[in-house]
Amino acid sequence: MTQIDVIPDEPKALIRFARMLWADKFALAAALFLCLIFVLALIGPWLLDAAAQKQNLRGRNAPPFDWERGWIWILGADALGRPLLARIVVASQNTMTVAAGAVLGSAVIGTVLGLVAGYAGKRTGLVIMRLADVIMSFPSLLLAVVVLYILGPSVLNLVVVLAITRIPVYLRTTRAEVMEIRERMFVQAAKVMGASSPRIIFRHILPVVLPTLMTIATLDFAFVMLAESALSFLGIGIQPPEITWGLMIAQGRQYLTTAWWLSFWPGLAIILTTLSLNLLSSWMRIALDPTQRWRLEMRASKNEVKP
Amino acid sequence: MTRFLDVRDLSVDFHTVTGTVHAVRNVSFYLDRGETLAILGESGSGKSVSSSAIMDLIDMPPGKITSGEIWFDGQDLLRMPASARREINGRRIAMIFQDPLSHLNPVYSVGWQIEEALTAHGADRATAKAEALRLVRRVGIPDPETSLQKYPHEFSGGQRQRLMIAMALALRPDLLIADEPTTALDVTVQAEVLALLKELQLETGMGVLIITHDLGVVAEIADRVAVMNGGAVVETGATHEVYRNPQHPYTARLIAAAPGKGEMHPEQPRREPVLSVRKVRKQFGQFTAVEDVSFDLMEGETLAIVGESGSGKSTVAKMLLRLEEPSGGQALWKGRDLFAMPPAELFKLRRDLQMVFQDPTQSLNPRMTVWQLITEAWVIHPEILPRDRWKARVAELLLQVGLKPEMASRYPHQFSGGQRQRIAIARALALEPKLIICDEAVSALDVSVQAQVIALLDDLRKRLGISYVFIAHDLPVVRDFADQVMVMQKGRVVELGPVAQVFDAPRAAYTQRLLAAGLDPDPDVQAERRKARLALA
Repeated sequence: MTQIDVIPDEPKALIRFARMLWADKFALAAALFLCLIFVLALIGPWLLDAAAQKQNLRGRNAPPFDWERGWIWILGADALGRPLLARIVVASQNTMTVAAGAVLGSAVIGTVLGLVAGYAGKRTGLVIMRLADVIMSFPSLLLAVVVLYILGPSVLNLVVVLAITRIPVYLRTTRAEVMEIRERMFVQAAKVMGASSPRIIFRHILPVVLPTLMTIATLDFAFVMLAESALSFLGIGIQPPEITWGLMIAQGRQYLTTAWWLSFWPGLAIILTTLSLNLLSSWMRIALDPTQRWRLEMRASKNEVKP
Repeated sequence: MTRFLDVRDLSVDFHTVTGTVHAVRNVSFYLDRGETLAILGESGSGKSVSSSAIMDLIDMPPGKITSGEIWFDGQDLLRMPASARREINGRRIAMIFQDPLSHLNPVYSVGWQIEEALTAHGADRATAKAEALRLVRRVGIPDPETSLQKYPHEFSGGQRQRLMIAMALALRPDLLIADEPTTALDVTVQAEVLALLKELQLETGMGVLIITHDLGVVAEIADRVAVMNGGAVVETGATHEVYRNPQHPYTARLIAAAPGKGEMHPEQPRREPVLSVRKVRKQFGQFTAVEDVSFDLMEGETLAIVGESGSGKSTVAKMLLRLEEPSGGQALWKGRDLFAMPPAELFKLRRDLQMVFQDPTQSLNPRMTVWQLITEAWVIHPEILPRDRWKARVAELLLQVGLKPEMASRYPHQFSGGQRQRIAIARALALEPKLIICDEAVSALDVSVQAQVIALLDDLRKRLGISYVFIAHDLPVVRDFADQVMVMQKGRVVELGPVAQVFDAPRAAYTQRLLAAGLDPDPDVQAERRKARLALA
């Protein structure tokens, strides 16, 4: 049986993906930036919390790029003279927890419900869809106000509320796609083979829907960050002295004409984060699609040829 | 002497990321007034690209015409200002396409669309209306006045192609380019549409350039034929001459591959059937899709179900696999009723009954490798094969269907259509089935590939004793392969019998019509058939 050796083993997936990431420099930069944010969110508060909370009334609204004060003041200071750099780093933890938690929660729940609604019988589908309609017909801000008023503002409650209001987006998209994909030939072929419903849903349907959902999730990331700041602004989200990027923007709003940097730097952090997520998700869409993957792999091999 | 249309040394390149593809290389052909030239070729031969160059339909970039001249009525189309070219396109050269539905605008009535073509080139509304009515009547649309108010989706495929022809003829073109005009149509409709084209050509004296992969279409309509392969014209000549006396080996191969020439299977003695279908019925609401279908199938036997679209043949297949729930009847598989079976028992039976679908591009999950596609069978039914023997078995299966084992790590899009269908067959074989249902399994393939896939299926039947239910819309395809033929029309069985009897002495009038409408690659046979068809009509 010499044929046994003829089928080559799959190249290691991790190496393959690393090579494809290397081929797309934008995606690589985005991935590195997100890693940085992740690390900062993890250890930032522990390192810089004291600096971020210490008021310094002589340095109120200190302008950025003033090298004499020391590196921590490089981005300027806020209305109470607290260094913005330290505050952005510390705020990244809350911001990321809320945004990632809400996006992940709503995406997972919405997708699962959408898969069930699209694939299961008519009645189950109807019940789930009406549930989504109820959530959508209820103004999300009002829902948030009521829930947070009753439960009290905390990071966890905020995540739950934001997740619930974003579920219908994923649910409806997933259901619509599943309804189309389930009629495709390869799903029928799997049925003929005797594949169980979970196998069809997760092995055959989900991989096709996933790129769309990832794109929505990255767009939603920015939306959730801003929604969180709106809630904080209303006084029912994260409360000072806790900080988030959204809250920092809200606090800087009244000084916009005199000290732009108060809102600008946290705003830039939000923009860079969502931009990175977008770049990375569009890279992933290509990297996960076998019919598109060659674009990246070819670029990778081209890079190797060059000295 | 100047020709009406003269294409000289045309070369077209496509710049893709993987490098430059020479889609068309130094192609030359000509066409006179009132003449029909067929460009014959399989997929990827460059036949459509050559004709698109005449209509200026090549996207540039990525396409680029690197050399050549296209002389039309004394002017070189390629060295002409764009505005003059537009004036010729549509007015003097018209085109019809394979899929009329995607070339008709769904939100306007067909009358409006035909009038639009006329008014865009300067006719006033009233004349346009009268002319549209005349055209629609001429192409044989029933009830022309009300039809003009209707929308494209309200017509059948054949009628839509007639409407496309009406629209193309609105400006009385001198040249009509038809790109696979009948490929999507049923055989009987195909014959009618081709006859209409022929008539209209006699009336108007236009030149017709027909692009096709079907030798039968060439035999039916073309005066001359240009055979293309791999981007080059390998042979040109009078249709009759090329068929009788092919000069190029490729042409000879193509003619030899045409189905419906070989020995028919002899009638087999009746034995105990493995599958008995009795009075199967399927209703969609008020509409009866399948009525009273009964047949027996023995081990190692092939039953062909032939019928045009809407005849219910695919519904029968889907019911046997319980992809559609039947409304009544019985299907006994080795004595047990498939339709009354609880899900657990049905799951075990899935191993025995497999299906190969029409379009392998759609029936193979694009995100799975060949390895994953084939081994999925054993993931679902782990009792078939222990995991450590998977590799050997996949290699064996791939060899069995004529592929190489090292292809296992590739994805479906990296294969040609014929290879993909082989993968689909390997996947079906992985379950070691007793019966394979082929739903138009070769219809989407090129003729030469079709012949190979059918030979493969037949070989597997002999070696493994597999039974087939082979669904097709095309009679010649099943002629060399089937033991029994069942002809269906509008959900009913009109004829069921051994293959020789159905082909040589068809009893039902519909079978006779179907056989007469089928296009034979032999121009002489085809001329006979045309006469027979006229007699039947």
